Amino acid sequence: MTNHWVDIKNADLVLIMGGNAAEAHPCGFKWVTEAKAHNKAKLIVVDPRFTRSASVADVYAPIRTGTDIVFLGGLINYLLTNDKIQREYVVNYTDLSFIVKDEFAFTDGIYSGYNVDKRSYDKSSWDYARGDDGYVKTDPTLADPRCVYNLLKQHYTRYTPEMVERVCGTPKDKVLQIWDMIASTATPDRAMTIMYALGWTQHSIGSQMIRTGAMVQLLLGNIGISGGGMNALRGHSNIQGLTDLGLMSNLLTGYMTLPGEKEQDFEAYIGLRAQKPLRPNQLSYWQNYRKFFVSFMKSWWGDAATAENNWAFDYLPKLDKQYDMLQAYELMNQGKMNGYICQGFNPLAAAPNKAKLSASFSKLKYLVIMDPLATETSEFWKNYGPLNDVDSSKIQTEVFRLPTTCFAEENGSLTNSSRWLQWHWKGAEPPGEARSDLEIMAGLFLRMRDMYRKDGGAFADPIVNLTWKYAQPHSPDPEELAREYSGNALKDLADPKDATKITRKAGEQLAGFAELRDDGSTASGCWIFCGAWGPTGNLMARRDNADPTGIGQTINWAWAWPANRRVLYNRASCDPHGKPFNPKRKLIAWNGAAWAGADIPDFKVDENPENGMGPFIMNPEGVARFFARANMAEGPFPEHYEPFESPLATNPLNPNQPQAMNNPAARVFAQDREAFGKADKFPHVATTYRLTEHFHYWTKHVRLNAIVQPEQFVEIGAALADELGIGNGSRVRVSSNRGHIEAVAMVTKRIKPLTIEGKTVHTVGVPIHWGFLGVAKPGYLANTLTPFVGDANTNTPEFKSFLVKVEKV
Amino acid sequence: MALQSLDIIRRSATTLPEPQARGAHAGQVAKLIDVSKCIGCKACQVACMEWNDLRDEIGTCTGHYDNPHDLSDQSWTLMRFAEYENPKGDLEWLIRKDGCMHCADPGCLKACPSPGAIVQYANGIVDFHEENCIGCGYCVTGCPFNVPRISKKDHKAYKCTLCSDRVSVGLEPACVKTCPTGAITFGSKEDMQQHAAERIEDLKSRGFDQAGLYDPAGVGGTHVMYVLQHADQPQLYSGLPENPKISAMVGLWKGISKPLGLLAIIATAAAGFFHYIGIGPNETDEQDEEAARRELEKTP
Amino acid sequence: MSEMTRRQFLKITGTTLVGSSLALMGFSPGVALAEVREYKLTRATETRNTCPYCSVACGILMYSLGDRAKNAQSNIFHIEGDPDHPVNRGTLCPKGAGLVDFIHSESRLKVPEYRAPGSDKWQRISWNDALDRIAKLMKADRDANFVAKNADGLTVNRWLTTGMLAASASSNEVGYLTHKVARSLGLLAFDNQARV
Repeated sequence: MTNHWVDIKNADLVLIMGGNAAEAHPCGFKWVTEAKAHNKAKLIVVDPRFTRSASVADVYAPIRTGTDIVFLGGLINYLLTNDKIQREYVVNYTDLSFIVKDEFAFTDGIYSGYNVDKRSYDKSSWDYARGDDGYVKTDPTLADPRCVYNLLKQHYTRYTPEMVERVCGTPKDKVLQIWDMIASTATPDRAMTIMYALGWTQHSIGSQMIRTGAMVQLLLGNIGISGGGMNALRGHSNIQGLTDLGLMSNLLTGYMTLPGEKEQDFEAYIGLRAQKPLRPNQLSYWQNYRKFFVSFMKSWWGDAATAENNWAFDYLPKLDKQYDMLQAYELMNQGKMNGYICQGFNPLAAAPNKAKLSASFSKLKYLVIMDPLATETSEFWKNYGPLNDVDSSKIQTEVFRLPTTCFAEENGSLTNSSRWLQWHWKGAEPPGEARSDLEIMAGLFLRMRDMYRKDGGAFADPIVNLTWKYAQPHSPDPEELAREYSGNALKDLADPKDATKITRKAGEQLAGFAELRDDGSTASGCWIFCGAWGPTGNLMARRDNADPTGIGQTINWAWAWPANRRVLYNRASCDPHGKPFNPKRKLIAWNGAAWAGADIPDFKVDENPENGMGPFIMNPEGVARFFARANMAEGPFPEHYEPFESPLATNPLNPNQPQAMNNPAARVFAQDREAFGKADKFPHVATTYRLTEHFHYWTKHVRLNAIVQPEQFVEIGAALADELGIGNGSRVRVSSNRGHIEAVAMVTKRIKPLTIEGKTVHTVGVPIHWGFLGVAKPGYLANTLTPFVGDANTNTPEFKSFLVKVEKV
Repeated sequence: MALQSLDIIRRSATTLPEPQARGAHAGQVAKLIDVSKCIGCKACQVACMEWNDLRDEIGTCTGHYDNPHDLSDQSWTLMRFAEYENPKGDLEWLIRKDGCMHCADPGCLKACPSPGAIVQYANGIVDFHEENCIGCGYCVTGCPFNVPRISKKDHKAYKCTLCSDRVSVGLEPACVKTCPTGAITFGSKEDMQQHAAERIEDLKSRGFDQAGLYDPAGVGGTHVMYVLQHADQPQLYSGLPENPKISAMVGLWKGISKPLGLLAIIATAAAGFFHYIGIGPNETDEQDEEAARRELEKTP
Repeated sequence: MSEMTRRQFLKITGTTLVGSSLALMGFSPGVALAEVREYKLTRATETRNTCPYCSVACGILMYSLGDRAKNAQSNIFHIEGDPDHPVNRGTLCPKGAGLVDFIHSESRLKVPEYRAPGSDKWQRISWNDALDRIAKLMKADRDANFVAKNADGLTVNRWLTTGMLAASASSNEVGYLTHKVARSLGLLAFDNQARV
């Protein structure tokens, strides 16, 4: 979230699209009801299904799954055509005035530089034009035909209300009603927030759907302001924290990235990431990358990380390609992986195409499960009749299942969607012999380290030199680890302005990332968490809920990254002279000498606004990007591509270019492409989702939740049920080209047939949550049905749009 | 403790005068359920079961979100879902939290033949004391909202207590506390009526011209009230009765339940007259008799 | 009698009559005066925690049996929302409200288990044996398949034949230590739930 849960109460308009906050995040959704009750806010829900969020909306509109870029692209067109934009904001705080290179082009749905064989782009033309001074050329009048504003306008001219109706199936009058409501927030006194979740993420064009939403918010001046923002509602309690901590195949902590294998030169590695400003007097905060990186390497490898060995740069594995989950299962299925460890993760249920996953796990030599609960993955080898029809005797995988503690049995912090790190306390001992993950990871590591010390082995240095200064090495304390990722001084730190003054003594905790140095004198395991456990102690455990301004900031409750800042880009809530656009919802302001207010300024605190520094300090531009440059896989502007399983034969936006039917840059493995189904055999559009009574695949183990939603079902519109003669409550079979499930049919008025390109398209809703283990009624894993293809940037699977066939059982 | 903090003002089948000195001077309590804010998440159902140490059966899906399918001795509250297409052609998903309404004039209490099995406190809560319940089921008949349920385990009647154990120590009921959207609120009845008025004004500004408060006069008003988007059509909300009244059968029973007839009626009623509701034979009869004899012998 | 007031009637018949008659029906007088259920949290130990499900991170209060005295084993028997928490303000959704059944779920794993190749059942294994065996398997795989240099002779130091998924509900401290261990081994096929 750019903003935070409580801040939603400050919105005048709430758009829930690509998510279902009422069901998936009910207690966060409360702030929508607060906005409605106390701020006269209106709620708009756009979703293929009439959800429980829709049940309390002022306006609901249906949409065909996977077509959100058409709806939002149309909105961009509408806002630009009708000049419903916050002009002062976009001219000063975005790249609309930037001039793009002449070589950049877009034809029939394909950008310049496409290589059809590699399914990827040479992105060299996707950039701004530079002036003689080295900076990007701009035209603040927005008249230049090559400025981003005009390219953007041109790009979305095809996205008309009529096109939206044809492609999305949303009635034109509803479309225009919603666009008009949204356009009303282009004025500085009105704010809209967008709440989205996996309904946008889980598409082959998911990242670009989210970008389109962000572009709408930028045009309206809704980013950085109270009651605005792009608010990603993360799905799990610490999915934010684990991503912040870099537990992704391509990341290091704090959104630093692993080197590619061609990045052999350390200085070049740093240089690429510490980008110089693209415009005069911009902060480009990533210029401090070296400080973050060196402090990180010192934290992990201590004295073994030296200036001479580039801070142990070669200890880090280097990438030749992405090793995301889908790539891992593809390699596994090819027999190229031997071991797999699942710590609190149930991939047999959570990843696409169960048949492929089961085959992949069966090829492993060993599988290790650490979990508080009995997961399906841990028993992938066990026959559960039609729900898991395997022959155990043919599966040679050794499986270890290690019982772990759960939240109630350990201390520690979780990072929520608002980026708050909140400390929690242990209330009881774990059952039986269960152990904490810390103890298990330490147990494995110490055993391996001992063997490497004793017997040697492949590249032992990063293992034997890993810092491990925990009082009880076999069971590190959460408190020790929190102090480590936050960071401390390794030597006495002198004030850079006055060398006689020591600002931090050796060993002292650091107050924030501004204190990090690139000479090896500071350590911080995760720079964005630096200060969470500062010189005064554990700020994550703070419990002062005072809200003096009444806008819900509570900045002394727990601790938020970065720097305890609650609303990102909050400098953009003020006009170029530092005055709040909306004095009623003031976050910060320039007081003549400094920036201050209800939040921690997301800006250089003493920077006079008249110097022209932009509010998007992490971007070398200093402003927000409409034109993504080379940062996206499939193009600088979001373009609609059909899901890989689509009910249509062509992409209505680019009907004459078959390459532009689906995301041209998405990675598709050959076998998985063959497993895609076609509309002639699988005529119904399916989407998977959560229900409010359950959490993922956990609560089927929880009696109270099993009671209130006991048995697997699929949701089918009344029209389709009539067509197929399916009675409410009867059993149906839902098949994709990869397998089938059977479930109770819930026949409902909440799913309506849509007319797409003149043809009727039925949506089938497939809730997840059931499986072959737990106290709820046993059911099929929903991911038996889903396709093995992901977003071109993130490789997040396309769970939200695929083709099925529904039949009576 | 509890009897002091929750003063009983009425007790079933008893003419014993209740202590009168204390009163609910800060106002009687009420729970307000704003259907327009309810997302049907069932947190109230879970919190209710959790707090009251109940666990209903893990049932089946019958093509509806209503789970469990009905109120029971284990489910004292239940979300009932109704899909309604309004005259404009827009769909509304009307989700009502069902459960005891805590009537000011409680039909269950009036119908109950067992002394002290049903009581009403000065704060307005109508509570069942299962220890005194004989399982006759007449409270079910007496209830205009079809709320109490007889347990198959112990043949006693159960329903929402408005968390009298929590309220007795100054807390809100479990369902109220947990409600994520604030659709359920709790306070003095006066405050709840005022809050309802604000909500109704908001709903009217959003086009619900017939929004209103459900606090039916036929049962003397209730301590559980609804804000409805369509107060003119309560039956849209899974059959919420338009004019709930205590049934005629209870009137008949009350007619003969003059003090002198009391004991005789209890004896016969418990044994047979009300047994129609279909509970199984009471297998503990003999043990009860024996216990009763022992108890009698102890009496000085 | 017709003029007798209700109060007079009770004076005449007295409590003995009512009491004994009720006792005959199976009620003791004491039970007839039953009170509301006792408030069950009066002296329970209260511990603050965070709901482990979604990313709202509602504050919760866990109530356990015992006062943390040495001889008392804590057992969490009730959970409700933390009213001080600025986001949930005491509320909990149906998942959070049911957390006590997560802690006590019959699906909770209690002992380390091992499934041998080709077997259709679990067998018990000690922690020590399990960790020894896993560490040996990992080291053997790493030593056999570690790629120090790629085909072009560039230093890559990666281990691709074992992968790992990390828990999206584990704490930052667990995540941090897990990352530290996994990356020091050279793992690249390493993700968390954010990927899906």
